[in-house]
Amino acid sequence: MSVNEAELRELGARIAEALAFEVQSWQVVKGELTIETHADQIVKVLTFLRDDGQTRFRTLIDICGVDWPERDRRFDVVYHLLSMELNQRIRVKIRTDEETPIPSITGVFPNADWFERELWDMFGVRITGHPDLRRILTDYGFEGHPLRKDFPLSGFVELRYDEELKRVVYEPVKLAQEFRRFDFLSPWEGAKYILPGDEKAAAGERQGEE
Amino acid sequence: MPRDSAPDERKIKNYNLNFGPQHPAAHGVLRLILELDGEVVERADPHIGLLHRGTEKLIEHKTYLQAIGYFDRLDYAAPMNQEHAFVLAIEKALGVSVPERGQYIRVLYAELTRIMNHILNVTTHAMDVGALTPILWGFEERETLCTFYERASGARMHAKYFRPGGVHQDLPPDLIEDIWNWTERFPKVLDDIATLLVDNRIFKQRNVDIGVLTQEQAFELGLSGPMLRATGLAWDLRKAQPYDVYDRMDFDVPVGRHGDCYDRFMVRMEEMRQSLKIMRQCIDEMPDGPVLTDDHKVAPPRRGEMKRSMEALIHHFKLYTEGFKVPAGEVYAAVEAPKGEFGVYLVSDGTNRPWRCKIRAPAFVHLAAMDTMLRGHMLADVPAVLGSIDVVFGEVDR
Repeated sequence: MSVNEAELRELGARIAEALAFEVQSWQVVKGELTIETHADQIVKVLTFLRDDGQTRFRTLIDICGVDWPERDRRFDVVYHLLSMELNQRIRVKIRTDEETPIPSITGVFPNADWFERELWDMFGVRITGHPDLRRILTDYGFEGHPLRKDFPLSGFVELRYDEELKRVVYEPVKLAQEFRRFDFLSPWEGAKYILPGDEKAAAGERQGEE
Repeated sequence: MPRDSAPDERKIKNYNLNFGPQHPAAHGVLRLILELDGEVVERADPHIGLLHRGTEKLIEHKTYLQAIGYFDRLDYAAPMNQEHAFVLAIEKALGVSVPERGQYIRVLYAELTRIMNHILNVTTHAMDVGALTPILWGFEERETLCTFYERASGARMHAKYFRPGGVHQDLPPDLIEDIWNWTERFPKVLDDIATLLVDNRIFKQRNVDIGVLTQEQAFELGLSGPMLRATGLAWDLRKAQPYDVYDRMDFDVPVGRHGDCYDRFMVRMEEMRQSLKIMRQCIDEMPDGPVLTDDHKVAPPRRGEMKRSMEALIHHFKLYTEGFKVPAGEVYAAVEAPKGEFGVYLVSDGTNRPWRCKIRAPAFVHLAAMDTMLRGHMLADVPAVLGSIDVVFGEVDR
């Protein structure tokens, strides 16, 4: 592990040197190398990682999004690459928001096609230059982007077969029991909300101060 | 009589064929839109997502322990390999170590699962191209393996047996013995299935030189697992980036040469034999000792302890209500699942639930390669190619 970590640090330093302008920051945490870069530089960075004789990250393993709604640019787009020659992995991260499109990397890695479609489908990240940006996992005619944090777990519509119309109909979700999200986070260790029943206690303290 | 055009100059239009979602050879709910020129496939457009259950979204709403169960239901032909990736990711994030016996049991069951998966794939692949007997013979053995699952975990398929820090329960001694006896018996069945298919003229005509992918294409398409090895690249995560006790195992990585459907089939056949070898080593070398870490913030205390110790009872209660907290950060853990590289990218915000859990399913990537593989092939080759890439829709659609 530690040998690998030293190798990764060396590799990270080398990439940061070669792409001094593009690489915003890099770090090795838990034996994994992460590089952050600007969204508009992603094609250049990935092309370099793929073609450079010392990196050879020729396999695109995965593209995925992460939503941080309270952040200014809420989406992280994470690219995982694998180099079979070096037997190393690398993670490249960029940031974007709902409006700003990111460039498609299908020109660098053709298998990015479906991953980017999934990214659009699940998060609504806009992508320019993709040959065929359709939804992939959700239903035909689906609205919304389910993996955003502000999309409810139950969704908005449910479907059932209507005996009279002889077809499947879409209706707003009706829950027989209200959806309850049990938290269980220990209130003594960093739960960031007022405990049920404690609202009065807090108010009482404030009154006492006055 | 004036004519607009002579009959032999009539234009033949390409037509689209809707293959699936309810097609016996579609291996689940694949809807494949095929653009055909006569019988030749011009373009294949897989429509997936008909089995999309929002697993990743659901996992964000569950504690880490509750989320393990969803991994069984991804690729339901090989449940434990996926649990393996998830628990490895959790262990990496937490920095928990696994007792040696736990690691051996995991490797034993991961290989048992690989055989389970390959039996299913190899025999259904044969059935897709017309051979019905292998599936009947294969499923008898697969059922035995399901029984081994049940005797270890209590469930035939959705085991939820691997836990962060080890496995849930130790194996009963007679089960280990039965697995050993089975590994002695199974090569004979494998030979029988091989005699039916390997030199079978029809099977070869349907598979040799069908759906060929070169090494260059393998990189472009991001292939992994048997699909990649059939092109001749000896890349196996169990060798290259070993996890648990795979670094102590002595096994070979079979490779193909042509990257066609037949080679993929042959690679899987040989992988089953190698898996048997690993299983036997595991049983031989398995040490005694605990199977689950004794860090009770992550793993529950034993039942007997709970009868005597108040602290153990509290640990148990806390673990099954609040769960454990994973320090903020991100990890990626991958295993060599039977279908290829199965990875879990876990982002934690420091609470008891994952902030994001991305599942990297091998069949998703391989299915995206369908178009490349099918172009220029006949309609009848579609089931052969589909059978050889080994898709299970639970993990493609997630």
